[in-house]
Amino acid sequence: MGYTIAEKILMAHSGKKSIAPGEFIEADVDVALANDITAPLAIAEFKKSGFSHVFNKNKVVLVPDHFAPAKDLKSANQCKILANFAKEQKIKNYFEIGQMGIEHALLPEAGIVMPGDLIIGADSHTCTYGALGAYATGMGSTDLARAYIDGKCWLKVPASLKFIYKGKLNKWVGGKDLILYTIGQIGVDGALYKVMEFSGPVIRKLSMDDRFSMSNMAIEAGGRAGLIEPDQTTKKFVAKFKRKPKFYYSDPDAAYEKIYEWDVTDLEPLVACPHLPSNVKPVSSLKEIKVDQVVIGSCTNGRISDLRIAAALLKGKKAAAGVKLIVFPATQKIYLQAVKEGLAEIFVKAGGVFSTPTCGPCLGGHMGILTEGEVAIATTNRNFIGRMGSPKSFVYLSNPAVAAASAITGRITHPDKIKK
Amino acid sequence: MIIKGKVHKFSDDINTDDIIAAKYLVSTDAQELGKHCMETINPNFSQSVSPGDIIVAGRNFGCGSSREHAPLAIKGCGVAAVIAKSFAAIFFRNAINIGLPFLESADVDKINDGDIIEIDLSSGVIKNITQGKDYRTQAFPDFLQRIVESGGLINYIKKYAKK
Repeated sequence: MGYTIAEKILMAHSGKKSIAPGEFIEADVDVALANDITAPLAIAEFKKSGFSHVFNKNKVVLVPDHFAPAKDLKSANQCKILANFAKEQKIKNYFEIGQMGIEHALLPEAGIVMPGDLIIGADSHTCTYGALGAYATGMGSTDLARAYIDGKCWLKVPASLKFIYKGKLNKWVGGKDLILYTIGQIGVDGALYKVMEFSGPVIRKLSMDDRFSMSNMAIEAGGRAGLIEPDQTTKKFVAKFKRKPKFYYSDPDAAYEKIYEWDVTDLEPLVACPHLPSNVKPVSSLKEIKVDQVVIGSCTNGRISDLRIAAALLKGKKAAAGVKLIVFPATQKIYLQAVKEGLAEIFVKAGGVFSTPTCGPCLGGHMGILTEGEVAIATTNRNFIGRMGSPKSFVYLSNPAVAAASAITGRITHPDKIKK
Repeated sequence: MIIKGKVHKFSDDINTDDIIAAKYLVSTDAQELGKHCMETINPNFSQSVSPGDIIVAGRNFGCGSSREHAPLAIKGCGVAAVIAKSFAAIFFRNAINIGLPFLESADVDKINDGDIIEIDLSSGVIKNITQGKDYRTQAFPDFLQRIVESGGLINYIKKYAKK
């Protein structure tokens, strides 16, 4: 019996010659990531335990992105803990605002995460890097503290689920719709403690940006990781970086707990309705849902191709009266590219806010909190009760085209309805 | 280890934003976080908890973010253990790593809000004192038992790692 890509990466990092789902292993990590919410706890645990140096200063990554630029005094204190720790431990992968971007867009862009890596992050959307063919998984702060000590983590080897997507995608349908479709089919615990492996001809044609959007939301189905086997698209993406990638592929006789095979030819853009990412409906079935706020950005859909899609629809148009449009590119590089390409101008002329990179609005942190009764459509990843602010607000999740179209009309709208 | 307390019942898919909303993540203090535990579902939850009480919930408890503040908030408001039909993976490991006892049980639907129950973590037996019934669950795997017995992950690691 062969092995899946996930099992091969875990074997390579634990020195094991064979591996089986359910087994507990200790594995070496290539990257240990934390942010301004989770790092302070990890650093406190590390210090409390009496250790003075992190195992490898080049493998520790600190990104203050959640409540940064610091939204208040308490978050300023938290960010300061990261800055001090980075200085003291000589950690070069610390990103102060100005270099900072949303971690899961920043790390691949900076070549910090590579195919074949074992990446742990004290952030649930660490699974994003699975798109590169890496085993990337979210953990807690104490796990990070432990990794700071000896560069290892404990893992229970998950079983794998395989998802095969066939057919041809319609216009306006992308990685976000594929992952929403998947979560809608299997539910928010449909991949609980499992690895999701996305494959098939549709995946092979997806851009890296679309692949990141898919792997990003594996956690929304309960998945430990969301992997895509590397191909020419992956190789092209990582070719420019100094670190050398390791490409792993699933064996033809690898064991999967379940294989899902879907023809997605007729798929239309999807919207996850309040209050679960699995509450997925085709956009054309949603009638007269007025929105107060449109949020385009985040670790799910804040990349340059997302902004291009939104700008193409918003060009020469205005957000509907009373609609708050917030666009936040995921990194400084994306921000600058959007300025160069004239996308920033399109958003501003449409009456939108063009924000510095931050996780802020996605988790109800800052830069766009919803009050009681308000409705938002967002390209983010979670629509739990109160996620973006008041427990009496409502969040719909979609791709950037649906969000941009909805900004123009003021209600949830299929992008086809927007006239050029 | 025996834990006895009053049951606070919750539904399926209780997420980490329910357990502790993001706006409170500017603190890492368990007591402070505990004041806001489950606030979006029940604003009075933390006041209704007596030390030693037990949360009993449905499937996928703790889904969502990686915030360790979630099990910390539960501990901080006085809850001594969580029983659920299943746990989200990150919450599962966070609870182990910080030493919040929990059990998976298929008999959650038989337990009512307000019941007094007693859990024996080493045997995996849940006694429902109010109803006079026992439910059996799987005990912890050895590896995890060792982490919990060490008093959490860091203490466990300290036994091996060199300073």
